[in-house]
Amino acid sequence: MANDLSFEKPLVELRNKIAELRRFTEEKDINFTDEIARLEEKARNLEKEIYGNLTPWQRVQIAKHLERPTTLDYIERIFTDFIELHGDRVYGDDPALIGGIAKLDGIPVTIVGHQKGKDTKDNIRRNFGMAHPEGYRKALRLMQQADKFGRPIISFINTAGAYPGKAGEERGQSEAIARNLREMAGFKVPIICIVTGEGGSGGALGIGVGNHLYMLENSWYSVISPEGAAALLWKDAGLAQRAAETMRITAPDLYKLGVVDRIIEEPMGGAHKNVDYQATLVKQAIVEGLAELSKLSGDELIEHRYQKYKKIGSYVTLAENYSV
Amino acid sequence: MSIKDLFYKKRKYATIPSERVKREVPEGIMIKCKKCNTILYNKELELNLHVCPKCDYHFPVPAPERIRITLDEGNFFEYDSDMYSNDPLQFPDYAKKIEAAVETSGLSEAVITGEGTIKGFPVVVGVMDSRFIMGSMGSVVGEKIARAIETAHIKKYPLILFSASGGARMQEGILSLMQMAKTSAALERFDRGKGLYISVMTHPTTGGVSASFATLGDYNFAEPGALIGFAGRRIIEQTIRQELPEDFQTAEFLLKHGQVDKVIHRRELRDVLAKILEMHSIRGA
Repeated sequence: MANDLSFEKPLVELRNKIAELRRFTEEKDINFTDEIARLEEKARNLEKEIYGNLTPWQRVQIAKHLERPTTLDYIERIFTDFIELHGDRVYGDDPALIGGIAKLDGIPVTIVGHQKGKDTKDNIRRNFGMAHPEGYRKALRLMQQADKFGRPIISFINTAGAYPGKAGEERGQSEAIARNLREMAGFKVPIICIVTGEGGSGGALGIGVGNHLYMLENSWYSVISPEGAAALLWKDAGLAQRAAETMRITAPDLYKLGVVDRIIEEPMGGAHKNVDYQATLVKQAIVEGLAELSKLSGDELIEHRYQKYKKIGSYVTLAENYSV
Repeated sequence: MSIKDLFYKKRKYATIPSERVKREVPEGIMIKCKKCNTILYNKELELNLHVCPKCDYHFPVPAPERIRITLDEGNFFEYDSDMYSNDPLQFPDYAKKIEAAVETSGLSEAVITGEGTIKGFPVVVGVMDSRFIMGSMGSVVGEKIARAIETAHIKKYPLILFSASGGARMQEGILSLMQMAKTSAALERFDRGKGLYISVMTHPTTGGVSASFATLGDYNFAEPGALIGFAGRRIIEQTIRQELPEDFQTAEFLLKHGQVDKVIHRRELRDVLAKILEMHSIRGA
């Protein structure tokens, strides 16, 4: 299994050993039942030990896993009647940031989300889920449509960041993201944002201003990637592991900081181990979130969003002692 | 000594004392122009609005000095001058970094907000200062700017923000990133209330600041030669593996690509701002 992560190695070796013993039992008719049972027990404990105490860096690796479910994987399993809509009407269509309309248990919704590839070829087409301005402008167009027709917006965030390139700068990457932040603050429909894998800085936030923000248990969300932070702080991208620990980028960290409203559990070993099950957990969170938000009027939704962001931050003044 | 102690002693309101302004001038009486290498007198440079008289290079302007050269004299009222960061992530060396920035800049944070007038027109202003941890935006900068926007909204004053920032402040992690959403949400409300917002991008305006309030003006202006962009030049060069044009991410580059309304020489900036304020003061306009 080429896609196993380094910290999973002891577990993989143990599982291989068990498989080997099973083969022996079958082929050579030697009874290893006791040994197998003992090793199975050991494997279960090891599994709990490894996955129960994931370090931030290990979570980052799970979040980046090539088999990690993408936005389209979730759309397929959670919604029906999905129609993908393309283009920003100005410049082009960005395959790294997709969107469209669909039904959630019969209710029409608008979906936007970063889209990573499934393999190298697909990833090149998708630009590794790193969007250009036209991606953010397409998302804006679709969200404005959602606002017009009163459809809730579901945003799937999974990007290492907005693409740092020449073309993006020429076409106003900054302005495209900034405009989305402002406009998303003003929509009269419920917005739920879910970080499913990587939440890379402004590129993530560019479709991430919502009433509720959820994170999958092993996703990360940060002002800068661990590699970028390490390069800036210690002039060494190799210290990314240390940066991941210092920066507080995991779902539990962000929950504690009051930024994230809900952590969505993952199956043992990460979302890719059981995509169908993961999708049901994500769906459950969306359905419950929308039920709560649908009680608010359009103006109340705007105010709710405003207050959510207004209270994020940590500072002290002479008059008051305020922190998150 | 904690950061808190520093501030209890330094609380200041209303006007910016002349000592504080004078301290901004680099030590010594001469300075070399970074562009044309001409040796200039500090006094001469100050009188010329920190613009090189030989080559027009725009030196970065300390925030108190920007307020002095932009607003009418003597009636600036500062907001939230007593707000400071409390190192929420206990980030290595951050507390020391803030202390050093306070010490060398004489500022409490990377932005000064407040109200005053330009040729008699009342305005709420926010002025960033790149000397304070690269003018980066953490919780304090975000909150001060959001509060300034809220005040402008309530008082129905025009808003002018001068950006000078490397982007979101790393040392406050996700809280810094969320200040982009906070300031933009405040601008959305201000915008809906038909408030006038003029953004002036000065050197440098990048990252999380360019990708939030700095590019959301009704008018987006830039100073000549200012570096403005989303991603850092080095990162882009490493990513796309090709050399970038000389003028990449300059104010002039942005103008050429339709990203700013106008590049304005510092000498003319106050006049242009006043003209716009005047036009917006006419009923029915």
